[in-house]
Amino acid sequence: MPQELHYLKQTASQTAGPYVHIGLAPHAAGFDIFQNNFSNVLAGAGTRGERIVIEGRVFDGTGTPVRDALVEIWQANSFGRYNHPADTQDKELDPEFRGWGRAAADFNTGVYTFDTVKPGPVIGRHGRPMAPHVSVWVVARGINIGLNTRMYFADETAANGADPVLNLIELESRRKTLLAARSERDGKVVYTFDIHLQGDQETVFFDV
Amino acid sequence: MAGAKSEFIAWDRTLHPAAFTPTYKTSVLRSPRHALLSLHNSLSEVTGPVFGHNEIGLLDNDLIRNYAKSGDPIGERIIVHGRVLDEMGRPVPKTLVEFWQANAAGRYRHKKDTYLAPIDPNFGGCGRTITDENGYYYFRTVKPGPYPWRNYINSWRPAHIHFSVFGSGFVQRLITQMYFEGDPLIPICPIVNVIPDKAAVDRLIAPLDMNEQVPMDSLCYRFDIVLRGSRSTLFENRLEGN
Repeated sequence: MPQELHYLKQTASQTAGPYVHIGLAPHAAGFDIFQNNFSNVLAGAGTRGERIVIEGRVFDGTGTPVRDALVEIWQANSFGRYNHPADTQDKELDPEFRGWGRAAADFNTGVYTFDTVKPGPVIGRHGRPMAPHVSVWVVARGINIGLNTRMYFADETAANGADPVLNLIELESRRKTLLAARSERDGKVVYTFDIHLQGDQETVFFDV
Repeated sequence: MAGAKSEFIAWDRTLHPAAFTPTYKTSVLRSPRHALLSLHNSLSEVTGPVFGHNEIGLLDNDLIRNYAKSGDPIGERIIVHGRVLDEMGRPVPKTLVEFWQANAAGRYRHKKDTYLAPIDPNFGGCGRTITDENGYYYFRTVKPGPYPWRNYINSWRPAHIHFSVFGSGFVQRLITQMYFEGDPLIPICPIVNVIPDKAAVDRLIAPLDMNEQVPMDSLCYRFDIVLRGSRSTLFENRLEGN
């Protein structure tokens, strides 16, 4: 008998369920309990960078909005640096920006929204720059294990064309499922990122 | 932070449920059909949000008190405690742990829950805490009740507490559910049974921990959570290049 590997086993994922809001967004569940609530607003008055709104809906296999979805995002600041000790890139940190937010889809429309800034590009593996992007994580009733994807900015054509992750997607037509279109509304820059769990437009999800 | 700079060990998909699990019917239309695209970790994956104690209220880990209006909530008083570890057995310190649950009657404080069991005016049903240097956490609550739901005409959820955990990198993000030792509803629950590995189910079941009870006050259950580990050797370029 060889030596034993005394590793622990990962705790199995379970669905967030229909009442995920109670724990992660109690206001959405319909009550007020914590003094400080985590929210969908990532950027404050002092945050540097271009202010943007990210919004969209999560759709199921019939094209129906998933109105009980919960979406979290994680992103670099406008200089392209993550607010985390493992990021030692020689770029500025923004003390006014953590880079994480959480949004519950609207129970009526299914729309989720984030107020943030556009991230700068981050260096990828082997020194290859990645196009500006936002990491996205989706949970809901019926989703057994959280789904990871990335949102890219459709107007970053050159950077997207060179992005090592987008280029990993073999079927070119599927790359566009990660591109958020830019528009302007009421003086705000809005990037629309719809997530399709299933169907002809199924979003590319990652095993990361 | 040398460990946190290296990439995470892959999700062990033999332990986690698949996306498409027809016996849990809601998964049918909410499951991707394409294969997930496997991705080496970059800085975007090995980093994640950091939370501070100043963001958490003093009562946030006390579900008996954090929504009490006219007295304590009804139910069996319990402590839930344990450690957040990674696969290497290393503690995951200073990480945010959030939890939510039904009340003792099996009813959630949620505008979408219509189960006939009563709302408890003194019970909110959610809390959160940050692990200490050893990955340890604890909170106080009442034991949640089981409740019926529409999967088959009438399915019953075993008593459970939902957990949300972060870890040091965003791709360690995990949501799971803790069950209680001895609950006969566990083996017949469609949501439990999406987990393909019996031992992985057992690891979601918290044992009664009589050593940590509070005498004449509360029983105690122990629940350890294991997140993906990160490699400790880095015989390759730094993730961000040289």
